[in-house]
Amino acid sequence: MADDDQVILLDFWASVFGMRVRIALAEKEIKYESREEDLFGKKSDLLLKMNPVYKKIPVLIHNGKPVCESLIIVQYIDEVWKDRSPLMPSDPYERAQARFWADFIDKKMYLPSRRIRTTKGEEQEAAKKELFEIFKILEEELGDKPYFQGEAFGFVDISLITFSSWFHTFETFGNFSLEVEFPKIIAWTKRCMERESVAKSLPDPKKIWTFSVERRRELGLD
Amino acid sequence: MAEEVLLFGVWGSPFSRRVEMALKLKGIQYKYFEEDLTNKSPTLLKYNPIHKKIPVLVHNGKPIAESQVILEYIDETWKGYPIFPKDPYERANARFWAKFIDEKCLPGIFNACWGEEKQHENAVKEACELLKHLENEIGEKKYFGGEAIGFLDIVANFIGFWLGIFEEASGTKLLTREEFPKLSNWVGVFVSSSGIKENLPPARDKLIAYFRSQFGTGSTDATK
Repeated sequence: MADDDQVILLDFWASVFGMRVRIALAEKEIKYESREEDLFGKKSDLLLKMNPVYKKIPVLIHNGKPVCESLIIVQYIDEVWKDRSPLMPSDPYERAQARFWADFIDKKMYLPSRRIRTTKGEEQEAAKKELFEIFKILEEELGDKPYFQGEAFGFVDISLITFSSWFHTFETFGNFSLEVEFPKIIAWTKRCMERESVAKSLPDPKKIWTFSVERRRELGLD
Repeated sequence: MAEEVLLFGVWGSPFSRRVEMALKLKGIQYKYFEEDLTNKSPTLLKYNPIHKKIPVLVHNGKPIAESQVILEYIDETWKGYPIFPKDPYERANARFWAKFIDEKCLPGIFNACWGEEKQHENAVKEACELLKHLENEIGEKKYFGGEAIGFLDIVANFIGFWLGIFEEASGTKLLTREEFPKLSNWVGVFVSSSGIKENLPPARDKLIAYFRSQFGTGSTDATK
């Protein structure tokens, strides 16, 4: 791509969705400007203009044109900067499997992971049970492969690894140990964290914990 | 090489019809299996153990689930009619609106037709706001894909055909020509297009009756 490519990412430090785009940009070694949105205060005019439908981050603005929805952005990045570090497999069937699993993670992980942090009692227990079911499926799908797509880190890994910054928070609120219950997933998490693109894109889990505790307090839960 | 393409679907489902539309546009021969959703076949459960849903495409013994994933697979595997645009930005745009249709429009429209009575007016307002986005997106184009039917048109088959069925079954009218002239035009062009019209479910009355039996006769519609 040309050196005068302008890439801006509208982001929020704790967002698992924003993190996905950070990782993809880092994998491809793309220079970009990151702009932090104040999601609990006032969203910027730029965000509202670039994502009028959802008014959400992340938004990638490439030479003035916006791309929204994290997994769509990651695929876009992969297709535009196709000369390096491919994130998708090359075989159509494997690509279909990668899309299927990224879609599964996208549809299933967020809501129970949110409910575990923002509810208590029976509702929280139900969210924990749901989360366990999802992790069980993912543990099985990963199996003994180093990454979800096999030997190479890619699209499916990116869609899930960002939740790992929240694992400590889930475990503490839900009173369980992911390493005990899902050792393969945790081993995979550690493997992914050895990649610079992942390590520098994910926030400190302790900061996420503090943030979650504050949010719970604001919601009047504790 | 002898190729085997199987499709597990349901005659009245927009999701399995999407796959059939894509296969027909590409000229691919396939064997179709009608599923009974109240009594799913062991074969379906074997091919889609995660979601246990239709449609499932099985290509030379290998299954693919989720209609939008299947459409991408079909376009990448078989040459001929191009379903996706080539430009990455246009591809991202098509994927964005396809996700919008499935994640926002479908539940929004469903809610307007069959949601709680006391929420009805709000639900109708929200559904119309969603449709407005599609009205803006189609603009002056003949199809969402431009001059020819593309990925987004196929995913929008729900708006093109099933919305009308939902409206008739529930008595709630959403897509009026006054409010949505461009989208209404697209609907007319879409359902009469070659590759689409042969793949819409027959027996419209049967389909209406089916949705009525599943979801009831609909919320009240004092305003429309």
